[in-house]
Amino acid sequence: MQLREPIAVDAGAQGEAYPLIPVLSVAEAEVDRQMHICNACRYCEGFCAVFPAMTRRLEFAKADIHYLANLCHNCGACLHACQYAAPHEFAVNVPQAMAKVRVDTYADYAWPAALGALYRRNGLTMALASAAGLALFLLLTLLVSGTLLPGRLAGDFYTIFPHNTLALMFGGAFGFAVLALGIGVRRFWKGITPAEAEAIATGAATLEATGAVLKLKYLDGGHGQGCNNESDRFTLWRRRFHHLTFYGFMLCFAATCVATLYHYLLGAAAPYPVLSLPVLLGIAGGIGLVIGPAGLLVLNHRRDPAHGDVAQRPMDRGFIALLLAISLTGFALLIGRDTGAMAILLAVHLGVVMAFFLTMPYGKFAHGVFRSAALLKYSIEKRQPDRLKLGSE
Amino acid sequence: MIDVLVVGGGNAALCAALMAREAGASVLLLEASPREWRGGNSQHTRNLRCMHDAPQDVLVDAYPEEEYWQDLLRVTGGITNERLARIAIRASSTCRGWMRRHGVHFQPPLSGALHVARTNAFFMGGGKALVNAYYRSAEALGVQVRYDTPVESIEMAGGRFVAARVPAREVNGRALPAERIEARSCVLAAGGFESNREWLREAWGQNERGEWPADNFLIRGTRFNQGVLLRSLLETGADVIGDPTQAHMVAIDARAPLYDGGICTRIDCVSLGVVVNREGRRFYDEGEDFWPKRYAIWGRLVAQQPGQVAYSIIDQKAIGRFMPPVFPGTTANSLAELARKLELPEAAFVETVEAYNRACRVGQFDHTSLDDCHTEGVEPAKTHWARPLDTPPFYGYALKPGVTFTYLGLKTDENAAVHFAGKPCANLFVAGEMMAGNVLGKGYTAGVGMSIGTAFGRIAGTRAAAAAGHHISAENEGHDHAVA
Repeated sequence: MQLREPIAVDAGAQGEAYPLIPVLSVAEAEVDRQMHICNACRYCEGFCAVFPAMTRRLEFAKADIHYLANLCHNCGACLHACQYAAPHEFAVNVPQAMAKVRVDTYADYAWPAALGALYRRNGLTMALASAAGLALFLLLTLLVSGTLLPGRLAGDFYTIFPHNTLALMFGGAFGFAVLALGIGVRRFWKGITPAEAEAIATGAATLEATGAVLKLKYLDGGHGQGCNNESDRFTLWRRRFHHLTFYGFMLCFAATCVATLYHYLLGAAAPYPVLSLPVLLGIAGGIGLVIGPAGLLVLNHRRDPAHGDVAQRPMDRGFIALLLAISLTGFALLIGRDTGAMAILLAVHLGVVMAFFLTMPYGKFAHGVFRSAALLKYSIEKRQPDRLKLGSE
Repeated sequence: MIDVLVVGGGNAALCAALMAREAGASVLLLEASPREWRGGNSQHTRNLRCMHDAPQDVLVDAYPEEEYWQDLLRVTGGITNERLARIAIRASSTCRGWMRRHGVHFQPPLSGALHVARTNAFFMGGGKALVNAYYRSAEALGVQVRYDTPVESIEMAGGRFVAARVPAREVNGRALPAERIEARSCVLAAGGFESNREWLREAWGQNERGEWPADNFLIRGTRFNQGVLLRSLLETGADVIGDPTQAHMVAIDARAPLYDGGICTRIDCVSLGVVVNREGRRFYDEGEDFWPKRYAIWGRLVAQQPGQVAYSIIDQKAIGRFMPPVFPGTTANSLAELARKLELPEAAFVETVEAYNRACRVGQFDHTSLDDCHTEGVEPAKTHWARPLDTPPFYGYALKPGVTFTYLGLKTDENAAVHFAGKPCANLFVAGEMMAGNVLGKGYTAGVGMSIGTAFGRIAGTRAAAAAGHHISAENEGHDHAVA
């Protein structure tokens, strides 16, 4: 039996002869090998966008591999259906091969480039960011109040941290995260779109891609019964928990935005009553952000180890745990805001949120941005004429 | 005692087990393979040929019974049993609701297979997804499933099935003792004998060149179809049908694995170029008809060539016009270089291709229709899609015969009963590849194996349940028992 030779060569050894052909990494060469098997089989075309995108190609350059890797949602359907999965000697495992490349794309397209290295030891990154966030706000509390227990403050956060200070700190961190992710995904987009095929997003393509993102279309298994988790049985729970997480996060974000508007436009300062819009949005979002990440954690622990790249589980779980910490500390603050523990609860919550903002461009959060870009490319590409004309089977 | 014993673990066996269980019988299914290889050749399938009189979900237009029958009559050259063929054809028009209830998902044809959009329904994810769904449903309904449990023979008494015998074996380092498993009735659905190299060798014999052709065959499917039970049945005196050399046989990439190469090892550029044998000579009209209608004859054609090897040769013009092969082709910038790389006699090969090139009468090339590009004055002629091989790089793919499944099997009837001396056995039934030869004397057309397996698997399961005292009432039939 002969398979395609892996063409992974040390970039330095490539020399001057072929300066325009990017050399594949070991992980990319593995995707290349598997895609040639899949392209000759195609049984999985109905599951997701990866396989229809694959069939538009005969060769898989670095750009194609990065694109396909981010198009893959790691749903597991193609692995369980694969006649070439181990113990077959072809050992096809598309979700795993894609996952290994995917994390490399996050790191390689990260901005600033040096911080891409944070993806390599992401569990540690998450832990350090959380510790730093907590330490920062606990120290600030001590510095400002001289004690962590300044007594009952009737929920008035701003006696500890003035509103403008918080707005500046979090606005700055969030602004940087948006900038870094924006530059990263722009580099990714340029990387996966060769100059001669400059993609122009049409309205219909954008609409379709947005729908695929917001509905998590490709976690439905292609038949609506969902993706795989611990076995070949289908489940919709990963999609549901992800929805709770995502929309919970968005509601919490909306709560923050509305509160900021209240503050600057209406001159109404926090704390807001429980039945006010910001708090109601925060509670609704917080509930989602408790149940969603908790469910995802359970599913992650039960996931078939053959799904995706087990080495990335610290990144996945660190991110999910941080989201859970945000919602739990948020609720603790809401419950305890009229007690003497408010200052500590506030510092802990702000510390966790700060850790989240700081790691947004260097952690699992990036998957949403990169995958959305890949889905947009898919929606654009499928509207373009197919260059291949396969007349027979 | 168990009511219904099902021997085998592929599509037909699972259909039988599910139907018998739905009829209320207790069912034990014995799969010879370990769990990770379960499903026999069904794990490599992808479609079901379906009769339909009007568009049905994923099926376009109509494919009436008569047209289906005529297609079958043509590919088998009349070596078929019309009564049984029509049973399979009719069943294919109504079985998909039941399949869906057991978790099978259908989808429109895959890219590169649009020509069968009218005649075939495709399984989403292919045959392994179907097999997984059936096992899930079977387990949810209470069918007992045992893996690593091959049956070597059955025990008969007074013309009735009594028990199946499982030999002593080693599973994951554990020695398991021989077993004798009794049941009130039994369904045999353990596949053909294509994985048994010795039997293939014996069946194909020695040719006029002194070669043993079968030694050069590859097996596209499971390694577990050793035909042990089939041979035992034949020795027990069960009525047999079919020619042991007849099989579903395709020309596949010579580098394919010995077993389980499945669909991806097919080479689909035959009609876009020429095919030469080891001596560098062409031997058959590469453009006789559309490739999907001809791919199933090329396995036998290659089997008849010296060394059971052939070479599909194309040039740059063909790239992107056929399903991409799994292995890269041998490439060269001249025909002579290609001959050297493929280790073909250079002069003879170049002469063959140049003679072909000179003979090409190129009209309007269109590989989606039977176009007017043909050869004149060369033997054998290429009657369509004949264009000179003149645009380097040239590509060559070595081909070998790839056996999908053999047609030698047990003679049966509309009740799927195994026959002894012309008489149906009351409690022993057969389904799938073990009896497909009743319908398929030779030849093949896409998706018909799954039609036969599904139809006769379901019949065998129902009859086996009835033989064990369980009947599916009319109102119960098709009722939604399935959990998938």
